[in-house]
Amino acid sequence: MDAQFEPLIIGFTCNWCSYRAADMAGTSRVKYPANIRLVRLMCSGGLDPTFVLKAFTCGADGVLITGCHPGECHYIEQNYKALRRVRLLTRILQPMDIEPARLMLVWASAAEGVHLAKEITQFVEEIRALGPLNWPLRTRVIEKPKQAAQLVEIPA
Amino acid sequence: MTTTNAKNGDHRIGVYVCHCGSNIAGVVNVFEVAKWAQENLADQGVVVSKEYKFMCSSLGQKLIEEDIQKEKLDRVVVAACSPHLHEKTFRGAASRAGLNPYLCEMASVREQVSWVTEDHELATEKAKAMVSGAVARVREHEELNRIRVPINASTLIVGGGIAGIQAALEIANSGFHVYLVEREPSIGGHMAQFDKTFPTLDCAACILTPRMSEVGMHPNIELLTWSEVEHVDGYLGNYTVTVRKKARYVDTSLCTGCGVCWQKCPKKVIDDKFEVGLGYRKAIYTPFEQAVPRFPVLDKENCIYFEKGTCKACEKFCAVGAIKLDDQDEVIKLSVGNVILATGYDMFDARRIPRYGYGRLPNVFTSLEFERMCNAAGPTNGAVVLRDGKTAPKSVAIVHCVGSRDKKYNTYCSAICCMQSLKFAHLVKERTGAEVYNFYIDMRTAAKDYDEFYQKVLEEGANLIRGRVAEVNDATLFGGEEGKLLIQVEDTLIGKQRQIPVDMVILAIALEPRHDSAYVARQFGISTNSSGWFTEKHPKLDPVATMTDGIFIAGCTSGPKDIPASVAQGSAAAARVVSYIEQKELALEPVRGSIVAEKCSGCRICNGLCPFNAISFDEEKYVSEINQALCQGCGTCVAACPAGAIAGTVFSNQQVLAQIEGLMRVPFHETQPAMA
Amino acid sequence: MTTQSRPKFAMYWAASCGGCEIAVLNIHEKILEVDKNFDVVFWPVAMDAKYKDVEKMQDGEILLTLFNGGIRNQENEHMAHLLRQKSKLLVAFGSCANEGCIPGLANFSTQAEIFDTVFSTPTTDNPEGIRPQFSYAVPEGDLKIPVFNPVLRPLDRVVDVDYHIPGCPPESHQIAAVIDAVIAVLEGKAELPPKGSYLGVGQSTVCDECKRARNVKLIKQFTRIQEMQQIDPALCLLEQGLVCNGPATASGCGALCPAAGAPCAGCYGASPGVLDFGARMVSSLASVIDERDPRKIDIVLDDLVDPAGSFYRFSLAGSMLGTGKASWNGN
Repeated sequence: MDAQFEPLIIGFTCNWCSYRAADMAGTSRVKYPANIRLVRLMCSGGLDPTFVLKAFTCGADGVLITGCHPGECHYIEQNYKALRRVRLLTRILQPMDIEPARLMLVWASAAEGVHLAKEITQFVEEIRALGPLNWPLRTRVIEKPKQAAQLVEIPA
Repeated sequence: MTTTNAKNGDHRIGVYVCHCGSNIAGVVNVFEVAKWAQENLADQGVVVSKEYKFMCSSLGQKLIEEDIQKEKLDRVVVAACSPHLHEKTFRGAASRAGLNPYLCEMASVREQVSWVTEDHELATEKAKAMVSGAVARVREHEELNRIRVPINASTLIVGGGIAGIQAALEIANSGFHVYLVEREPSIGGHMAQFDKTFPTLDCAACILTPRMSEVGMHPNIELLTWSEVEHVDGYLGNYTVTVRKKARYVDTSLCTGCGVCWQKCPKKVIDDKFEVGLGYRKAIYTPFEQAVPRFPVLDKENCIYFEKGTCKACEKFCAVGAIKLDDQDEVIKLSVGNVILATGYDMFDARRIPRYGYGRLPNVFTSLEFERMCNAAGPTNGAVVLRDGKTAPKSVAIVHCVGSRDKKYNTYCSAICCMQSLKFAHLVKERTGAEVYNFYIDMRTAAKDYDEFYQKVLEEGANLIRGRVAEVNDATLFGGEEGKLLIQVEDTLIGKQRQIPVDMVILAIALEPRHDSAYVARQFGISTNSSGWFTEKHPKLDPVATMTDGIFIAGCTSGPKDIPASVAQGSAAAARVVSYIEQKELALEPVRGSIVAEKCSGCRICNGLCPFNAISFDEEKYVSEINQALCQGCGTCVAACPAGAIAGTVFSNQQVLAQIEGLMRVPFHETQPAMA
Repeated sequence: MTTQSRPKFAMYWAASCGGCEIAVLNIHEKILEVDKNFDVVFWPVAMDAKYKDVEKMQDGEILLTLFNGGIRNQENEHMAHLLRQKSKLLVAFGSCANEGCIPGLANFSTQAEIFDTVFSTPTTDNPEGIRPQFSYAVPEGDLKIPVFNPVLRPLDRVVDVDYHIPGCPPESHQIAAVIDAVIAVLEGKAELPPKGSYLGVGQSTVCDECKRARNVKLIKQFTRIQEMQQIDPALCLLEQGLVCNGPATASGCGALCPAAGAPCAGCYGASPGVLDFGARMVSSLASVIDERDPRKIDIVLDDLVDPAGSFYRFSLAGSMLGTGKASWNGN
């Protein structure tokens, strides 16, 4: 039997709303596909686009970014920064031949466990339809930050 | 005190996989996960990998503590429930064993794996991935200590209504100093305007004024009325608040409150604040008889002296020379540790609903106007009369939900209007014997003794009609109705349109946020919801705190509520403040951003990104800086910095990148290509 | 120091423009100090040494090799490996070797697209659409030309690199400073910096050296330099709506371009330690756009023309993604 393509998705959640929504999906025993693995951030505003690129280059087929609804951010308005970053990042992905639909932004409040589970399920199917990304240039090792050199004087 | 044996990045990591009874073990093969971690994550530094039935139990915690000591672990990963439940528990265990608590990381394999995954095999693979992610992440953790912040023992309370008064008394009675700032000349708030309060019908003044006196006389309360907050600086425990004491034109050190000045003042002004336009005051006045403090204020805009340079009756008649016509505003700075905002509410402007006729048809009153009318000390001495000031109405309509529960105006329910409207029905019946009609959508009488009150009003013969009033007009057609107002309404319970002639209409208008609430919120660094009410930290579990540490809210400032709820919140906020003060010093979670000054180019891109005003720019050093006490650790500036000059703790970029890599170590099915 | 005991020095150009060589020569009289302190054994632009001369050397015989240019084809790759083997210290010199630079922009295209552009332009007389053959049989034997790699890579994705000197080109005063530093090491007066260090750059980014005034950033609109009537000479260019890469670009050049009224193009690459230049620009610019409505945000972003090209102009090959995916499939 043909093994169907199972996408691997990395999801970023915010500590106050969407991570708690994922917890709520758990406590409500709402089932969603195991294809997604969640990373906790304090806020969607803490999402560095580098994380998205890292996920894609480490083998993720899709990236889901979640956060509090606009106007309800625990840190007042930081989710708007996440929104803008995602919209600009999407415009970078296209020339790199990454289908923009592989990056999705979903708002979920702490009570919306069912909603989040639904969105995840739908996203998994959308990525399945797009097929594997199989980014050819894999980054494997965390690149340790390099320093700008300062000459060390040898005392006379 | 860490037992770290990390040499050249070698770590000694302990992995603990919890069964959680069968909550995890029933779906995830915990034995397999523990074994997998031992074998496959050894290169990451995993030296111990165990499973146990209940990691959070004292035995489970002991297991970790003993291993830390015995195996000289320098990092711990616990794969169990959500960190929101037990992160503190396991950090505590690490701490007791001598390992810095922030070197302990949890992987959620219950809420995020066993409880949400059907297939047991997939769940086990995902659990492995979560453990792998946590192990990779915890390698990048660093030792951290909680941030200590000293707490100034003084408190600022903004708003002298019942909630603010309650909070002030609670804190003052605990032995700590309170500054109570109130923008009106007297404390008392809206409650001072009411006549009787539901459901007990005791008079508002009788229960309020003793409290007001207590505040006025309390040695620990410094009353700053006729004052406004201008600027707020600082952070939890260390706020500096600039307050403008507006000019009263009265020397409060001399004034005895005898009242001669306002008796002799020749200028009558319509009092549109306290009397809601129904009565008069003088140009020099106290808002009401029992005002606290008793010192009057002079209304410069309506004063003959300030207009023409003549009169000065108040100055002439003042026996102690307390009138100070050259008075100036005084700006002072207060140092406080905490702030309670109890700024109350404003009323909906009924003119926004023209079809109810307020402002056009004289005998349409708002609820607040009617309160003043009923008040024994009010403009009609408590007589319920029409706008002509003498005729008693024979029929009164009370319209619920005016400006509330309405998509066009405010979608929320104002919580108190049903009870208030029933109270009015009772008072009208009692004082005039008139026919009373209450037009409602739903009857909201949920709190203690409220429904009993409703039953009583029904028994008294009030007519309750379920229907939203379509229109109030004076287009009477039939004989005998001249001069009356017509209520056009669909009586939904009998399914008929009705046109009911009445003499007087009372509109139960919505409570609205103060119209400058957005400005005040910005001043204090808190947020409002879409309607403008201040946002509490958690709607159920933390209703008096805000997202900004050290700023609390009480009373209607966060949403409409009745007096018992406002009083309860006043006490609650006070209790929170006193608990901070008693601790003298607070330990804050060290999730923070910090700017590496050498890397900072001074581009200032981060400066506008912080809603907590934690980022400032040093013009001398030409770099930006983050105040560690104000910073709430959201990580937005860390992610935004183009130079990569801002480091985050507890959620650093290195940690997240490591976690992503760790999560990806476990393929999903054979279809997933192995890592190159 | 006798001629024999001078340490050996090499400089090689892979897929580059020659600007790095000129930048080195631009150190003027200091070149004599290079000559005094080093034995230059291999420098195609300046002397007639051959590849086989390098192949004959011992491993590690060359003390210092400055390698500029990206790894575009098999010849570049062979030389990268060869010079790595024969050099003690291999330095990725210039933006091409560090992050791909302009030649790296070819990574947005497939090999077929690249060859079409080169060999079938309107001004090229190639009616049969002939394309290079990497091996072609002629009566005398097989002619071979270096195989074209589908993707251009920076030097450190091919071989282990000891130091990085970024810039397009590295500023001559920085090259001079590095030479001074190296000579100090040779004379025992200083220690080598840690392996992997960036040399010839400052600790921060271009904004640190830029003299323009800056305020709290709130971008309402992006614009292009040709659309501006007047550029305020004293105010931050980003605040005037120009897409200036200065905030993310390593300092060291003296902020020459903003000083001349041109937005920084980012030729010095990311500040050392940053993983992806484009991600920094995306994150920082998007954060300070003054809009919350998604449709209005898109309108503002529509004026940010070609963000991928703007942000990855120099760093595409060295970025996290490294290349457009399609380029891998075109061989």
